[in-house]
Amino acid sequence: MRAFRAAALAVGWRTIHNVLHNPSLLFPSLMFPLINFAAFAGGLSRLRHVPGFDYAPGYAGFQYVFVLLQSAAFGGVFTGFGIARDFEYGFSRRLMLAASNRSGLIAGYAIGALFRWLATAVVVTAVALVAGMKVKGSGVDLVGLYTLAMLVNVAFVLWASGVAMRFRSVQAGPIMQTPVFMILFFAPVYVPLGLLRGWIHALATGNPVTRLLEACRSLLAGHPVDVAIAFGVGIGLILLFALWARGGLRNAEAAGAG
Amino acid sequence: MTVPSQVYHLARRSVVRQARQPANVIAPVLFPLGLLAVNSGGLQPATLIHGFPTNRFVAFALAIPFLQGALFATMNAGSDLARDIQTGFLNRLALTPMGGAALVVGQLAGVASVALVQAAFYVAAGYVVHVHPRAGAAGVLVLLVLAVAIAVGFGAVGVFMALRTGSGEAVQGLFPVLFVFLLVSSMNFPRNLIEADWFRWLADVNPVSYLIEGVRSLIIEGWNGEALGLAFAISACLLALALAASSLALRQRMTRT
Repeated sequence: MRAFRAAALAVGWRTIHNVLHNPSLLFPSLMFPLINFAAFAGGLSRLRHVPGFDYAPGYAGFQYVFVLLQSAAFGGVFTGFGIARDFEYGFSRRLMLAASNRSGLIAGYAIGALFRWLATAVVVTAVALVAGMKVKGSGVDLVGLYTLAMLVNVAFVLWASGVAMRFRSVQAGPIMQTPVFMILFFAPVYVPLGLLRGWIHALATGNPVTRLLEACRSLLAGHPVDVAIAFGVGIGLILLFALWARGGLRNAEAAGAG
Repeated sequence: MTVPSQVYHLARRSVVRQARQPANVIAPVLFPLGLLAVNSGGLQPATLIHGFPTNRFVAFALAIPFLQGALFATMNAGSDLARDIQTGFLNRLALTPMGGAALVVGQLAGVASVALVQAAFYVAAGYVVHVHPRAGAAGVLVLLVLAVAIAVGFGAVGVFMALRTGSGEAVQGLFPVLFVFLLVSSMNFPRNLIEADWFRWLADVNPVSYLIEGVRSLIIEGWNGEALGLAFAISACLLALALAASSLALRQRMTRT
């Protein structure tokens, strides 16, 4: 356990240090959700007049929740790029030789991803409040909202770790981000699930991210709905992707990276 | 060798080069169509808003892939030229009597050919989902010409970036910047229906809005001279400005080498 913690803290600190000292790493993960928020909350706000759309925190709040979860997911994916880069430069090889508990390396990257996302979440929240988002949820609701977003961050950094450790090249970037992009956008991004029709409604209904998104939106509105299911989905994704990441680590070890 | 002959050889090289890189042709077709499917499903309820110009969002949004395809054209043209610079091809070319204009025009010919293929795919995808351009068969021809004009305009920006920086990575870095222009345009909503004043102002001053509206007019309105005129004029201005800047950058690049 001590070896696990030492590896996790060392890699976590290194990841945070790299992000803080390299604006080209921090800037895209900060700008991407902000631009999306501006485009969606600003350009599409008239959608709140669509018959059947009723959301107390306003359209800015409706989009804030999506952008928060999107930033959490992509915070994990961007960290995956860093893992792939470490493999390309040969740093991971030295890291794996040095770490007596290699699972700690994945935990360390997850710590780095969480810090990276928290920085983004603070900025996105401030911008959303300035843009007129009304927070109707209580303190407990908000803790639930941000905890669910954290679960999303952890789940997707595990997904990205698994890909990065299998391919060990930044060229695997599209494999890391395209499925995440698709699963996010096949959720009810612009209007609530009840207003979607046809194939997109069927896809959104079966999409696990929909459960997370709808629960987070209900928490911001102060009327929690299906929060337990959302936590179940979040924890389920983490367990699933933890196995995926563990397999990736084994793959990298077998390939001689360790 | 005459200038037209130089242009022909460089254009042929550019077209063949594009054709030999399937990713350069397939990604600009599939990615915008995937986004079109997602957005037209999710934003269909927007058509219930009073004053929305059509009752099918997919018809309204079909204009967007043409612009996204043009952005990809920028990246492809710029990346190819940057590679020529990085590998020393441009240096070797500078030792020949080849003119600078031939290099740029030849490069843009490759962009035009890919843009034409892309645009044909987008129009065909429209027909598959029963979106028939209101301007009819002649309108489809104008649509293809406009799509090529827009792509060549953006492609010239990519050429300028490549000549200015000489780096494929720098050209790729331009993509998110150009994508922002697309996001803050009338891409998802007609300008008169955008509720937030600041966003409507941004969409009003953003030339990309008028390019989208030119393409969109042929699909959902029929013949709208003003929208088409603005779209062609903006494409021409973009091309002229980018070519002037490219010419300057090319001169400096040749001096440096």
